[in-house]
Amino acid sequence: MKEFFEFLSFADANVRYVTLGSMLLAGSSAVVGCFTLLRKRALVGDAVAHAVLPGVCLAFILSGTKNPFILLIGAFITGWISLVAIDFITSRSRIKEDTAIGLVLSVFFGIGILLLTAIQHSGNAAQSGLDKFLFGKAASLVGEDLIAFSIVAVLLLAATLIFYKELKLLCFDETYAKTIGFPVRGLELLLTTLTVLAVVVGIQAVGVVLMAAMLITPAAAARFWTDRLGVMLVLAALMGAFSGVAGAYVSYTAPAMPTGPWIVLIISMIAILSFALAPGKGWIARIIRRQRNKKLILEENLLKLLYQLGEAKQDFSTNRPLQELLQKRAIPAKEAKYGLGKLKAQGYLEKTKNGWALTHEGITRGRRVVRLHRLWELYLTQYLHLASDHVHEDAETIEHIITPELEQRLLEELNYPALDPHSAQIP
Amino acid sequence: MNAFWIILTGSLVATCCSLLGCYLILRRMAMVGDAISHAVLPGIVIAFLLTGSRDSVPMLIGAGLLGVLTTFLIEFFHRYARVQSDAAIGVTFTWLFAIGIILISVFAGQVDLDQDCVLYGEIAYVPLDLWITEGGLSMGPRTVWTIGAVTILILLFIIIGYKELFLTAFDPGYAAAIGVSTSLWYYLLMTAVSLTTVASFESVGAILVVALLVAPPATAYLLTDNFKTMLVLSVILGIVAAFAGYYLAVWIDGSIAGAIATVTGFEFILAFLFSPSRGILISKKLVEPVQQQV
Amino acid sequence: MILQVENPVVEVHDLTVSYDRKPVLWGVDLTIPAGALVGVIGPNGAGKSTLIKAMMDLLPSGSGYVRLFDKQIKDVRKRISYVPQRESVDWDFPASVFDVVLMGRYGNMGLFKRPRQADKDAAMQALTKVGMQAYADRQISQLSGGQQQRVFLARALAQNADLYFMDEPFAGVDIATETAIIELLRTMRDQGKTVIVVHHDLQSAADYFDWVVLLNMRLVASGPTEKVLTQELLEQTYGGKLTVLSKVGDLLRKQEFPSRETKVKRVKS
Repeated sequence: MKEFFEFLSFADANVRYVTLGSMLLAGSSAVVGCFTLLRKRALVGDAVAHAVLPGVCLAFILSGTKNPFILLIGAFITGWISLVAIDFITSRSRIKEDTAIGLVLSVFFGIGILLLTAIQHSGNAAQSGLDKFLFGKAASLVGEDLIAFSIVAVLLLAATLIFYKELKLLCFDETYAKTIGFPVRGLELLLTTLTVLAVVVGIQAVGVVLMAAMLITPAAAARFWTDRLGVMLVLAALMGAFSGVAGAYVSYTAPAMPTGPWIVLIISMIAILSFALAPGKGWIARIIRRQRNKKLILEENLLKLLYQLGEAKQDFSTNRPLQELLQKRAIPAKEAKYGLGKLKAQGYLEKTKNGWALTHEGITRGRRVVRLHRLWELYLTQYLHLASDHVHEDAETIEHIITPELEQRLLEELNYPALDPHSAQIP
Repeated sequence: MNAFWIILTGSLVATCCSLLGCYLILRRMAMVGDAISHAVLPGIVIAFLLTGSRDSVPMLIGAGLLGVLTTFLIEFFHRYARVQSDAAIGVTFTWLFAIGIILISVFAGQVDLDQDCVLYGEIAYVPLDLWITEGGLSMGPRTVWTIGAVTILILLFIIIGYKELFLTAFDPGYAAAIGVSTSLWYYLLMTAVSLTTVASFESVGAILVVALLVAPPATAYLLTDNFKTMLVLSVILGIVAAFAGYYLAVWIDGSIAGAIATVTGFEFILAFLFSPSRGILISKKLVEPVQQQV
Repeated sequence: MILQVENPVVEVHDLTVSYDRKPVLWGVDLTIPAGALVGVIGPNGAGKSTLIKAMMDLLPSGSGYVRLFDKQIKDVRKRISYVPQRESVDWDFPASVFDVVLMGRYGNMGLFKRPRQADKDAAMQALTKVGMQAYADRQISQLSGGQQQRVFLARALAQNADLYFMDEPFAGVDIATETAIIELLRTMRDQGKTVIVVHHDLQSAADYFDWVVLLNMRLVASGPTEKVLTQELLEQTYGGKLTVLSKVGDLLRKQEFPSRETKVKRVKS
């Protein structure tokens, strides 16, 4: 705990640099990643990340220094070339996009490795540290780096803010953007440039191989929480920034730990939790919804059953024992008891020692289910020409899902019918 | 002699990867191959921790399983969690790769793997790790035996399943209609890719595996329209790259794996520009458009 | 007008098919007579391809069942053949015309086995039937649309099946090919084979088929051509979507509802 507060106090200048640096890098690349993700070109970022390596090496060979700006320029150039190469290969040959990405990624990286190892073996003392590009060097960021990266991060965020509307349309509907006269080519160029920029700076933190995660993972996670682009951008940036800080904290407490992989591990856990837990789209939320449906179906079936039993003699006040219910409809006894209990708690049923009976509210709701069932059966026979002995199964499900508006619509289309296909009264 | 062993290893890796790569690129799954090659890392580290050796059968199996698990995970994220498919690939492999790197750091003392080796392997050290029988007889480098065995497996797989692999890659809908299980052959193919990746990992690293999976088949695809020719051609291209790469690396004193990848890229550029039928600098079409016949 | 027949080749019973929980076909009850040339007709998005795919058990069905030759599908796979939509495959695939037609023999060969001379002969015969024998060694990437369609047809013929499912075989082909294909289908019908064709052109439908299935998210009609292709039934088929039906479908998907309740035994309906 003491460590934690020490970390938070930012007393150590080094901690300040690392934390701020990681936050900026992870946050800004997450924002750009949202756009590439929505354009279904998430993996292109992976290719750019790998393609940056030869640029860094070439810049070093040509300039002989490790000045971050010169290296960044080299990285920017080859990163950009890689994207152009992917587009060129896919448009001028029958090579498909995934192959082009894999090809550019691995070949550029191979060239980078060849150059890097050649530099290392050349005995040039100035080279040490170039290999930090492979796995990032978030833990050893210094003030000078921080200035360079902040400038780029600010540039990225400013560009997305200024062109927000245009980029949004580009992701949402490219053809429409074209027809209303948007400079689509120019915007694509802008997005390409932003992607390369984001990769070039992000690589400082997590390295070549894991850079793809900084673009893709926060965006994919944020996508699960919202349908609105603005919210998605902010969420992705926050998630990215958080993982940056958390990664920095891990390497603060355990200096042997590599910061980059920890940042990626943390953002991946956030993403996987989002896939599972996000309300609405998450996997678990959907399972819960299905469970709820099951419960709803059970309860409505019980109400319907009691209503049907009373319907013949218009007698809803007789209490009926569980046995009688189960005889009429084969519901597992345990489930039936559970459902009956629930309905009683909700005020739809009453229980005496003789058994169960509908309350006034229960009659209304039971009648509605029976009505919907018969309406749907009628709809299927009239509009879908189904035989009357085939419609029951379908109606068993649909009776639980029809909304009041749809019910009204059904009534109108069927012209307020009195009888269902089995000549039973529609209540 | 060292040069011989290194080039032999490179050629064997190239053979396995190029063959399987033909199926991957035709199924538009090049990036799944990329994902598997990264994602087997934690499997390799864990198998290494448990068995304490590099070239053992448990290691091949353990890490190979993780490769197949990767494809399951991608499927799961895509189908059940409804993550868009390219994002599912990206999230899965970076996550598993990060775990692998962290495991290497945690068990740095016990695992004889370093981060750089993971990326571009250490094919130069292949001749040093010899398999010495109990009688003291040297059988040559261990790695050559492992990758040799895997090569034979892959060749058998492709010969036995040739029809089914061909059909499911070309027209999965029709395959299913006549009763050929598309998912069975999909997972068999992915198992083969995982096995190859694991066996090649230490000598050539994660990225070179991708280069050999994608570049020679893509090059061959530009040179021929016959599937069998494509298989043979990509193997030849891979082996040529292994040879040329070795001497390129010696010449400029750099990584052999990096040099091999560079050569595969060079081969692709040549085919892209000068392929007799499809090169963008060759203007004449060899085959005129077919006349409609009644 | 939904006519059921005795001893059908295809029997579809109360079939509902959903994509992503949204039903695209509702409660189809259908029988198809043996030896007929059948057209499946309806507007775009009516579920025509879905119906034939479900008949071949290529899609998970929500409810209902399909029987072919009065047997389960898995027992009669060798007797059925399928011509998928032309766009469903990549014609840049490195394969020759003969390679593709030979695939028609794979189902009968089994694992390990390589094509024998008899298989090659059958493939060549099939190619001859579609008038493409001269193209056997041609690469499929060099074919025109009509030729691609003929190759697909030849592959199905090589299989020597009894029941053929064809998805839009006339889409995007030239007149000559269309005539050649329909001639071929008629010959097949005359040999007692059953051919089920997804078709979108109403004009030619009356001329081509002896049995027509009208579809639009549900079965509108099924019967002999002259009885089915009436003004009234066509209006029902093409007269727009049933809004209530598609709204309920959307709800089922959104609420993650099962397409059928958990199996509850029915005591009385």
